[in-house]
Amino acid sequence: MLLKNATVRRKIVITLAYAAVVALLACAPMFLSDFRLNLLGKFLAYGVVALGLDLIWGYTGILSLGHGIFFGIGAYCMAMYLKLEATGAGRLPDFMQWSGVTSLPWFWEPFRFFGVALLLSVLLPMLLALLLGFFTFRNRIRGVYFTILTQALVLIVVTLMIGQQAYTGGTNGITGFRHVLGFSLASPSVKNGLYYISAAALVGSFLLCRRLVRGPFGKVLQAVRDGQNRLRFLGYDPAKYQMFVFTVSAGLAGLAGVLFVLQVGIISPSMMDIVPSIEMVLWVAIGGRGSLIGAAAGALLINASKSGLSETYPDFWTFLLGGLFIVVVVFLPKGLFGLLARLGARMKGGLGDAMAGGRGRAVVGEDHR
Amino acid sequence: MSVWLVQMFNSLSVSSILLLIALGLAITFGLMNVINMAHGELIMIGAYTAYVMQNLFADYLPASWFGAYFAVAIPAAFCVSFLVGLALEAGLIRFLYGRPLDSLLATWGVGMVLQQLARTIFGAPNVGVKSPEWLNGGLSLGGSVLPYKRLFIIGLVIVTLIAMYLYIYRSAAGRRMRAVMQNRQMAACLGISTRRVDAMTFAIGSGIAGVAGCALSLIGPIGPSLGTYYIVDAFMVVVLGGVGKLLGTVAGALGMGVFNTYFEFWTNASLGKVLVFACIVAFLQWKPQGLVAMRTRSLD
Amino acid sequence: MPWPAEEVVLSLEKITVEFDGFRAVNGMDLSLRKNEVHFLIGPNGAGKTTMLDVMCGKARPASGRILFRDRIDLSKKKEHQIAQLGIGRKFQAPSIFSELTVEENLALSLQKKKGVFSVLFARRKEEDARAIERMLSTIGLGEVSGRRAGGLSHGQKQWLEIGMLLIQEPAVVLLDEPVAGMTDAETEKTGELLRRISVDRCVLVVEHDMEFVRQFAGKVTIMHEGKLLMEGTMDEVQADARVAEVYLGKRRDADVVGAPA
Repeated sequence: MLLKNATVRRKIVITLAYAAVVALLACAPMFLSDFRLNLLGKFLAYGVVALGLDLIWGYTGILSLGHGIFFGIGAYCMAMYLKLEATGAGRLPDFMQWSGVTSLPWFWEPFRFFGVALLLSVLLPMLLALLLGFFTFRNRIRGVYFTILTQALVLIVVTLMIGQQAYTGGTNGITGFRHVLGFSLASPSVKNGLYYISAAALVGSFLLCRRLVRGPFGKVLQAVRDGQNRLRFLGYDPAKYQMFVFTVSAGLAGLAGVLFVLQVGIISPSMMDIVPSIEMVLWVAIGGRGSLIGAAAGALLINASKSGLSETYPDFWTFLLGGLFIVVVVFLPKGLFGLLARLGARMKGGLGDAMAGGRGRAVVGEDHR
Repeated sequence: MSVWLVQMFNSLSVSSILLLIALGLAITFGLMNVINMAHGELIMIGAYTAYVMQNLFADYLPASWFGAYFAVAIPAAFCVSFLVGLALEAGLIRFLYGRPLDSLLATWGVGMVLQQLARTIFGAPNVGVKSPEWLNGGLSLGGSVLPYKRLFIIGLVIVTLIAMYLYIYRSAAGRRMRAVMQNRQMAACLGISTRRVDAMTFAIGSGIAGVAGCALSLIGPIGPSLGTYYIVDAFMVVVLGGVGKLLGTVAGALGMGVFNTYFEFWTNASLGKVLVFACIVAFLQWKPQGLVAMRTRSLD
Repeated sequence: MPWPAEEVVLSLEKITVEFDGFRAVNGMDLSLRKNEVHFLIGPNGAGKTTMLDVMCGKARPASGRILFRDRIDLSKKKEHQIAQLGIGRKFQAPSIFSELTVEENLALSLQKKKGVFSVLFARRKEEDARAIERMLSTIGLGEVSGRRAGGLSHGQKQWLEIGMLLIQEPAVVLLDEPVAGMTDAETEKTGELLRRISVDRCVLVVEHDMEFVRQFAGKVTIMHEGKLLMEGTMDEVQADARVAEVYLGKRRDADVVGAPA
């Protein structure tokens, strides 16, 4: 009875907390300025990346320093559509004219259509991730070696993007958008709509990731993380699982790129480079790896503080971020969320001791559920 | 002189720079299995040491002495990076042995802090280091000129390599180092202070990064984020060459240098990089043991 | 043929394994039969564990054949494929998933189809829960089913790993020193477990504890320097002069194995 009570109560509290977060996200447009709302929308897109990173790093033990690329490819795909839309039919994007390109390159053609661009912005990152995963996980290249390869991937993709200026816009990237599906990107109501789409995408990604990390599938992922060699001898092929989650994670980053470019209005190589890629990992590390809420909250928290602090004290911000990174990795492997959970458990334990013994047992019993 | 010979010299030159950057990593990554992402910043520190030396010589010594600054800068860069490495090991790395991914992330944080520190001290824009007179010009050979700077770097790599070889394989300290890296418990039982060996090993790897930074100041301007782009290539060299083998690192650097130069010659700089990456991944399909050879008989 | 004509489940012929030029196993033959507890013993470095590695795909033989059920050649198969065919291996050091609970460890092993999408859309079935319940009581861990596996005692971890093997209903069970580090009582219990599980399958045990071998062995195979030294019952083995020499470290006799130096 007691055990059931505690479980039910816990479920109610968690449900209420989720409801509160969703309500807060829904009401934000009412009390935030357009500028702030746009920023929040961008952070929500980052939150989607963080969820995908946590899925592979926190739950499956694959550290990718290459998610900027997947994010960037998603963003570029959408940016190509927006650019063509803004340029108008029959004309060439400005940067192509400057570089002396005379006709639209063939690989730009599909991006005339919003649906195709949206699809490709998720599928291309997934395809690239699948390829890299196929050539690494199958050969048991993992751990730091895999991580180094993902970083090398960033370096070459960015070099390629900058090098092929005539087709990609080079260092400046792609910008100067006007409409999406006929709606003006400058209008406040469209911005509001994009915010809501970002919020919905974050909630949707959260539900997807939660579906993956819970239940039998999540247990296999955890086993891949903690002992993939052992898992082989139980008849599982860890490489397939690694490829699968890595691909899903890249797709989420691509989706986030779409949301980003729609709200920020520009994408350039510097937003997908080595440093932004590792910053994405940092959100997860600080927020709390191995906890989806922690990862998403980390992305929001870090970016909010960054936009607050780095405007006024840019030097101080870098020192703080670097220092925080060191402290969290060395002393708080589960991030701030893990710290909160531990404090929460301690407080709960303290309360349990203070109350009648029966309730304390209920808490213990819960662990054995 | 034929295009091929010039290409050969260029690839040798690129290889020598890659090797100089990767040698320090070969020690910290290859021997200690610590992923030091701040290695690039140690290089940056070495480069700024050369810059400071240049300024000191220009300000306080007669102009005729200026040419000697670089000869002083190399050992100075080694010492400064060595000391920074020593502090880094004592303050952070020693908590992270056996956690390679965490060492990667924490040292990235260190790199961020060091870069910002450099920005605060020297300013964000790149600064130039004026090469000493005796390194300007080049060796004329059959109609083309081999720059002295490039030749000097090749020479510097060879000297560093020989010094490292003698230290690791021919000295008592090197023997202790190898003993600790191969079997920590056993070495400790034999009375070797593993703490001191760890610190020394890491500091030497860092010092070599400083020397590399000094060399880099010869071939271009230097800035706070100098190391960021070299670090990835350097890690690729170590991974390609096979972890834990000095000879492998040399082979890795030569391989990457040669392929890089030729691909860039045939295509262009950006496509060349893509091809090199593709080659590395293809190579790993054929010889993934190059990466995991150290753990053939144990499970996880 | 002194052995009852039970079906041969796994047969290894002329197996040679090399590590960097060193021959860990050198032309070894071995066949495993159903309903048998078969012990593989020999001095250190004889190649026993390597033989297990070959059977489960962890090591690749340089030459030789591994036949499962007379027709499936295992030498080209990957570890997880071999495991799915029904060859289970327990490692010397307990290797369980310490972050998962005891029950989750068993559920992970029980899962029949182990592909990504089968697991993703798998549903927990009532019969699975019962199978886990039964296994928990077989290995005596019913009391601690909800506990993190990493917190178990050494003996309990060994049993959990055996349980993880058995719940997959394998045709062949390979055990590497299952009683190493166990107390006498635990050893006794493990031996009983071995006897029970050998019904309808074959069990191969690598062991150093001679007392344990004497108590529970059906057939004993002795390896020495990567080769077969002899095969027989425990009594026959103990009576054999060559075996005594190998174990007591006397000078090698020319007619023993004729191993190249």
